[in-house]
Amino acid sequence: MNKRENMQKSDTTYKLLEASIVSEFERKQVELTGLCHPAVSRSRMRAFEFLKNSGLPDRKNEKWKNSPFPGQYEEEFLLDIPPVYYDRAMEEIFKCEVPGFWADKYSMLNGWYYSTKENQLITTGEGVVIGSILKAQHQFPELFEKHFGKIVRADQDGFTAANTALFKDGMFVYVPDGVEVKNAVQLIKLINRQEPLMVNSRNLIILGKNSRLTFLHCDDSVNHTPSFINTLTEVFVGENSSFELYKLQNLNDSTSLINNTFIHQEQDSRLKVNILSLNGGKIRNELHANLMGQGADVDINGVYLMDKQQHIDNQVYVNHAVPNCHSNELFKGVLDEEASGIFNGYIYVARDAQQTNAFQRNNNILMTPKATIDTMPYLEIYADDVKCSHGATVGQLDEEALFYMMQRGIGKEDARLLLLFAFLAEVTSKVSIEALRISYEDMIKRRLQGELSICDKCVLHCSVPDKPVEFDIDLSKI
Amino acid sequence: MLLNIKNLHVAINGKEILKGLDLSVNKGEVHAIMGPNGTGKSTLAAAITGREGYEITQGEIVYNGEVINNMAPDVRANRGIFLSFQYPVEIPGVSMTNFMRTAINAQREFNGLAPIPAGEFLKKMEKMKKLVDINTKLTKRSVNEGFSGGEKKKNEIFQMAMLEPKLAILDETDSGLDIDALKVVARGVNELRSDENAFVVITHYQRLLDYIVPDFVHVMYDGQIVKSGGKGLALELEDKGYDWIIDQVDE
Repeated sequence: MNKRENMQKSDTTYKLLEASIVSEFERKQVELTGLCHPAVSRSRMRAFEFLKNSGLPDRKNEKWKNSPFPGQYEEEFLLDIPPVYYDRAMEEIFKCEVPGFWADKYSMLNGWYYSTKENQLITTGEGVVIGSILKAQHQFPELFEKHFGKIVRADQDGFTAANTALFKDGMFVYVPDGVEVKNAVQLIKLINRQEPLMVNSRNLIILGKNSRLTFLHCDDSVNHTPSFINTLTEVFVGENSSFELYKLQNLNDSTSLINNTFIHQEQDSRLKVNILSLNGGKIRNELHANLMGQGADVDINGVYLMDKQQHIDNQVYVNHAVPNCHSNELFKGVLDEEASGIFNGYIYVARDAQQTNAFQRNNNILMTPKATIDTMPYLEIYADDVKCSHGATVGQLDEEALFYMMQRGIGKEDARLLLLFAFLAEVTSKVSIEALRISYEDMIKRRLQGELSICDKCVLHCSVPDKPVEFDIDLSKI
Repeated sequence: MLLNIKNLHVAINGKEILKGLDLSVNKGEVHAIMGPNGTGKSTLAAAITGREGYEITQGEIVYNGEVINNMAPDVRANRGIFLSFQYPVEIPGVSMTNFMRTAINAQREFNGLAPIPAGEFLKKMEKMKKLVDINTKLTKRSVNEGFSGGEKKKNEIFQMAMLEPKLAILDETDSGLDIDALKVVARGVNELRSDENAFVVITHYQRLLDYIVPDFVHVMYDGQIVKSGGKGLALELEDKGYDWIIDQVDE
């Protein structure tokens, strides 16, 4: 499925960012490979070799051909980010309140796990381990030996390699067999520095058998400084376990975010993903769901709202490696002004993966002639008894419907919002936690109402709005 | 006078469709507009309701004493102009109930009223659903989505009943209806008829006019009203077709 680029790079052809990554590793090699778990150390070396030879992906690479990310490789980012020390509660830097939704909040600041010293790695009464990946690798070496770098190859591509070689910190979650974690775990990642940073952070989430976890992965900005975030998350979902992943992306217009997630699913496991890309300069979400045990089920959904010259890229890979699995993908987006987007949906069905059900749909509304979306399904099917379908649409706001609503007395702006909101609601209605769904929908409404265009670098706060948006549409009744 | 259209010329993409149309409608009246295909009947409905792309090049539409040529469609609607669409639009994701509540509240806001209380709204819904024989399942669905042709037309009359317009234009509401649905639609209209409102019924066939009895019948041809009369004119048309009128005009 993944063709690797084996072109050799010489020092002179490195772009600035590639050169910085390579030299940063060379400078810090002892620290990066010496003080960590052997599995991490081995991965780092392999990643570095790949980077030295192949660098970051360029547009000749099929999977990056329309991406604006390679255009940034000549920009300067600080890679050697000094550790942050916990000196004030996260709430003082950034507030996130979802009314009626109870999550245990954890945070990362500038790529470092942000907590008091004693809370760097905690174990709950039920044996759930949550904390910094740096600490976890030494306390749980057997888990790292078994899972780290197993779902994603260190040399998958340039960004995977850069992340593996250079990550400073990240979040680690371990849910033992039979434990259903009641409260959602929320990771809030912030960048708060005055100079442009490139942050590589690495998360590892392991769910044992018959367990359950809901995880919120929030990327937020607190200032207007440009940054380049390269996050990689590996998730192992054990037999008959259930994992719900919510990604909420609300970044300033000068931030580039690569948020890649690689998931391994065992037999009868269930994975539900919901990605809400609300704002951000450039966002790329790669999601790899590997269905490795029979009866596994995956439901991947996304909403994106882009305007100005923002860019969104969703790359979804579903790997049906074994029979009797089910996958569903639904991505919907609205692109306004000069925004651009990419959706690539890969479905791979292995030769023996009979009785596979795989569905994929991507619908887009372009608000202006200058907004663009490239949407492309890639289906590779080697089994003969499967049900697969895909569909993509690119359209404009339905003028007929707009007039119909106005003829009933609804103002043009309200009619427009109602239509867009209704278009996206098919996805948001799949958020099963009601309080979270209400919050999602509220943020979408505010985004659609142009709350972000008041100042061009602002981001929405996830907290309770001062005056909630009254929008008379109740999707539970549809 | 509720509606007074004077020498109305309307063009679509520069092509003139209405070529000097005059029509006056008083409160309490029902006007039928008939005529062959392509004579501008639906264009007239679009011009009165303010649809984009229908350019008024000459003349004026006066509604309730005010020229509305350049008024936005939603403002016209809130002042009491309603169109029952020939082809009702499907709006996926917006439930009928919420669509209706949004529309009613838009109208109330326009009239300086507070949003409709939930109880009052539901009561009204129930009453009007009975009037046009609409199933509760339909109002829970998205607007017109998956509705049959007949259900869509009934739904238009349902919306009309909910919004209580002063001027209702029914654009071929009878097309695609079987006789039972036609009776239901007509019953709805007749129930809503009063001295305070008026109806403009656009139709091809006399059939609907057996149930919605007009005070005036107008025949449109080539962008104008070429003949007007009482309800007897419709029967004459049913009998003799349009050719004799067209011949008169062409002479």
